[in-house]
Amino acid sequence: MQVRLEHVTKIFPGRDRKNPKDVYAVDDFNFDIPDGKLIGLLGPSGCGKSTTLNLICGLLKPTSGHIWFGDDDVTELPPEARGVGLVFQNYALYPHLTVRQNVIFPLQNLRGDQKLTKEVMNARAEEAARLVQIDGLMDRKPSELSGGQQQRVAIARALVKTPKVLLLDEPLSNLDARLRLQTREEIRRIQTETQVTTIFVTHDQEEAMSISDLIVVMKDGAVHQIGRPQDVYDDPANLFVARFLGTPPINVFKGSVKNGLLHIGDTPVLQVRMPDGETYVGVRPEGFELMTEGSDPLPEGVCPLECELTAVEVTGRDTSIVSSHPDCLAPSIRSIMDSEAASRVSGSKVRFRLKPAKVRVFDRNTESRIYDGK
Amino acid sequence: MTGNNSAKAKKSIEIFEKYKGWLYLIPALTFLGLFMVYPLIDVFVYSFEEGYNFASQSYSGTGLYNFSYVLHDPYFLQALKNTFIIVIITVPLSTVLALLISVMLSSISALRGFFQTVYFLPYVTNTLAVGLVFMILFKKTAYSDGMINLLIEAFGGRSVDFMDGPYWAKMTVMCIYTIWVVMPFKILILTSALSSVNKDYYNAARVDGTRPARIFFRITLPMISPMIFYLVITGFIGAFKAYSDEVALFGTDLNAAGMNTIVGYVYDMLYGDSGGYPSFASAAAILLFIIVLTITVINLMISNSDD
Repeated sequence: MQVRLEHVTKIFPGRDRKNPKDVYAVDDFNFDIPDGKLIGLLGPSGCGKSTTLNLICGLLKPTSGHIWFGDDDVTELPPEARGVGLVFQNYALYPHLTVRQNVIFPLQNLRGDQKLTKEVMNARAEEAARLVQIDGLMDRKPSELSGGQQQRVAIARALVKTPKVLLLDEPLSNLDARLRLQTREEIRRIQTETQVTTIFVTHDQEEAMSISDLIVVMKDGAVHQIGRPQDVYDDPANLFVARFLGTPPINVFKGSVKNGLLHIGDTPVLQVRMPDGETYVGVRPEGFELMTEGSDPLPEGVCPLECELTAVEVTGRDTSIVSSHPDCLAPSIRSIMDSEAASRVSGSKVRFRLKPAKVRVFDRNTESRIYDGK
Repeated sequence: MTGNNSAKAKKSIEIFEKYKGWLYLIPALTFLGLFMVYPLIDVFVYSFEEGYNFASQSYSGTGLYNFSYVLHDPYFLQALKNTFIIVIITVPLSTVLALLISVMLSSISALRGFFQTVYFLPYVTNTLAVGLVFMILFKKTAYSDGMINLLIEAFGGRSVDFMDGPYWAKMTVMCIYTIWVVMPFKILILTSALSSVNKDYYNAARVDGTRPARIFFRITLPMISPMIFYLVITGFIGAFKAYSDEVALFGTDLNAAGMNTIVGYVYDMLYGDSGGYPSFASAAAILLFIIVLTITVINLMISNSDD
């Protein structure tokens, strides 16, 4: 089922005299979610992603705008008429019912010609349970299950009605780190198997990047960028998106463009084809190359970036060089090198050459990306 | 020498640390022991001492005679019957009504605070004052039939003497009064229990298209059932101990009105006109204790078997 949001806005009116301002939780959202894809709504907390999910689900009504499921305008439809399955952040499993009773609960609500016989209901519950691999736990109570198992039960309960759209609100936030990795693969598998359009909310960019077909990056009720994870990572539309995606995060410096040379502070670090102006320079951790005695010479007019060395962290697979620079917005710069780099570091200063493909330049005022003419 | 001393000191500190909890409990234990445990044991002892006399501190013998006397006393049997009727009618009715009102209170947003205050008023109103109001509502005098009778007559019924009339009429007033008095507390507990149910359960049910009645019976009720059981148990205990409400409505001579309760019987045996029989009073109190204990144990067994 294709989901389309058309100028969707949700305003929470000011509550009282102390908080008179209306809150634009979701401000003029326009996007298409293609059929059968896994979509991650990504943003820092309070950015309106859960509100968006509730709008799609029908628990909230938009202040203005329209929501389409395929060719149907569902804006005015209550949740039960939309055919959505929702998995809550805290799972919301009924604690007094067994797993089987929980999973079967939505089916027992069906009435009229949709009403199912007991055998059919049981068969469908078993099928949903098998899909999420909890078929051995059917007679337990939710309190007797681990967090990961509860999560699966919640997904089974959402899937048992074969919804057109599956919605997951922060599905992994209540799980420990190891289980999180496992469960996100599980969500991907279930989505691939059922081919149901799935939208999930998360504030963890790694989570969203790793399993989504498409991510929607949001902040303060506004969509900042929509795209395939790799595209959004490689081509961030603005400084916020660039900083939000990637671990370790992008290193941002105050810089400027003068005569076709990108400067960080007073150091010309890269040749660019951009108009002159004040900028922010973002360099991904993998965008630094260590300069030593025998390194290739830099192009004409370009100098290496000199930073104070703070620490060298060896993880085995690679090496992080932690350093600092007065024009960096953060107190430390983290750069990732291959594992041999550690042996080449000496003295209290490190000198870097920047890889042009890993450097992003943003306008100082608008913070939007300035694209290289190349 | 010093080493030995410090080892000794260490040991005594260790002992102190181990038992200091008891030290802090001494004041509470003393009071509880003096004013709760000792009298309880005393009542138990009195109930087996025949013809105990406060003044001379003497008794004529020991045995089960007190119990036999009480159980054959028509006043006690009447009190027993009254108490059971009050318990059986008021506990379920007040709980169900309180639940209904709480659910309605939770589902409205406007005027909620106002209604909550109104429903809570009886709780802070003096029992005797409430009794007076009920008297005015129900009492039939030479001058007026009372408000309720006027209403009954307006609908074409025949007036009833609620305060001095037939047994069932008096019992009706008694039950209405009891329900009215015990409801505020139950509403208070239930509204807070209802608001403590996580909204996500209701949202989940809504997404699945659950009908309101099903939401109530399959989600709300099980979620607040511990509170309901608490109210039923305390309701039973409270109703079995009814006395002051009866006095507020029918005066102190409850035997004459035929509206005595077990606690009223105990009181009469101690201090009433026919009083001065601590042995009979103790036996009746012990019987009440056994009844309440049995009912509570049954209640707990039912509530535990649910899990």
